[in-house]
Amino acid sequence: MNQQELSDRLSEIKGKLIDTQQPLDDRIFLLCEAENSYAVNKFLFEQLSLRFVIATGIDSDDCFEVLYHYAYDQLGYIITVRAFIRDIENPAIESIAPFLPGAEWIEREIHDLFGIEFRNHPNMRRLILADDWPEGVYPLRKACPGPATGIRNEGNK
Amino acid sequence: MKKMVKKPVLAVGPFHPLQEEMEFFQLTIDGETVTDIDMRISYNHRGIEGISETLQFDQVPFLVSRICGICSASHPLAYVQAVEDIAGVTPPERALYVRVIINELERIHSHMLWVGLAGHFIGYDTVFMWAWKYREPVLDLLEEITGNRNNYGNVRIGGCREDIPDEAIPKILKELDKLEKKTEMLTKAVLDDPVIHARLKGVGTLSKEDAIKYAVTGPTARGSGIAIDVRRDDPYAAYNDLDWNVIVQPEGDVFAKAVVRLLEVLEAVKIARQAVKKLPKGPVAVEVKQIPPGQGCGHAEAPRGETFHYVRSDGGNRPVRHKVRAPSFVNVPSFRASCIGQHIADVTITLAAVDPCYSCTERLAVVDSHNNIIQNYETLLKMSREKTEKIRKEIGTPQWKLEDF
Repeated sequence: MNQQELSDRLSEIKGKLIDTQQPLDDRIFLLCEAENSYAVNKFLFEQLSLRFVIATGIDSDDCFEVLYHYAYDQLGYIITVRAFIRDIENPAIESIAPFLPGAEWIEREIHDLFGIEFRNHPNMRRLILADDWPEGVYPLRKACPGPATGIRNEGNK
Repeated sequence: MKKMVKKPVLAVGPFHPLQEEMEFFQLTIDGETVTDIDMRISYNHRGIEGISETLQFDQVPFLVSRICGICSASHPLAYVQAVEDIAGVTPPERALYVRVIINELERIHSHMLWVGLAGHFIGYDTVFMWAWKYREPVLDLLEEITGNRNNYGNVRIGGCREDIPDEAIPKILKELDKLEKKTEMLTKAVLDDPVIHARLKGVGTLSKEDAIKYAVTGPTARGSGIAIDVRRDDPYAAYNDLDWNVIVQPEGDVFAKAVVRLLEVLEAVKIARQAVKKLPKGPVAVEVKQIPPGQGCGHAEAPRGETFHYVRSDGGNRPVRHKVRAPSFVNVPSFRASCIGQHIADVTITLAAVDPCYSCTERLAVVDSHNNIIQNYETLLKMSREKTEKIRKEIGTPQWKLEDF
């Protein structure tokens, strides 16, 4: 696929996206709601054969975000699905591990650190946190006191 | 017949003298065959991503270079590239070449370390001694350039912290020439050895399909026939101006991964030599005042595979989110595909074949589903060496004695 074919293929899932951003030529961000993330990820991995890189959880201002990073190595692109979870009380999103075993660990890690539930995950045990870590304390949430210095980047906009 | 087995946990360590980090593997075996593998990591979680949010942008490279003592050039490089993307900064050309030289020297010493340990695991201690001996001058070179044998801390947003002094260049070229000859010799000795062929071929095979599903990177992927290399696919630093090859082997077994690494050392020598010879004149850094709001993805090819960093800025002086993915995070889970069905004596070398920061075989317990025998890491290492010895006897390689030399 060249650049044009790639953007043609990406437009097939346009209905599931909120927006597409391209801050640099080889960095594409696809914004979508949490409900559509499973379908978008499945399309990128199975139809476009992108290489899964990793996922990132973020505690944003009024929502949680899960970012799924993919690489398209023929062109050197990084394509990121940015899924928004609006329910901050019980954040949940569909797991992509059933068709992408490489995502199993990172979903467990995000679950540990942010308390985001991954529905239909094949093996949702703790990965990062210790066995005696208290339930319901999620270290990378903004509400959790920061490590060591207690400083956290919240208000310097 | 299925029998319920309690799976006891046996800790060998806490630190094995050879391997310095902690991970826990529990193997379920039936007779001599591995039927299941369970992994636990994070005995040593340091919360780097959390700490990073408390540091200023220009302090973070020093933090992330401490993620791994071996990949301490590629982690900061990936981070710095992500931030440079956000800020729209292009470092001066000389800095790009200095980055290439340091990263390739890092690759050489990391691969040499692996070759040595792989030899040790299968009972080839001569390979271990050779490889580590040839690795030593590379660390000395890195010390001369950056001031440290590891944790170079040489890369910063907008360029490099230290320049390569002109006096050091003849020495670097001389050492690279020496190293190339030694590596060629070592590569021949290892790849022509019938015992190593018999011992490593067809062992711990990771098929191309599994490699894609588990999203593995680096030599683990290239040993399974997937030709990916960030240095070529998304060229950073000065890799685009240099002439080199991506090494790929289709077989997917431990032997293929060893071949990839050994030949990559020779490529790395080639790259480093060209970069030293072409090193342009000029400054090595530009001043970066402010990081605007935005998000950036940076990746670099570490010795073990792609290192990926995601950074988000809100325009302040600290990142609001910094995600790090080390290559072992995706390479290690692929053990489920490469170990199950293997002979138990092949487990140590299969686990070692992805070069998992030398951490993975550290805490290891084996559960026999019939007899409940627990075997620890030392027993496994012994079994691995005995198998080599057996093959050696069958093939009839002469046993070398000290008097022969």
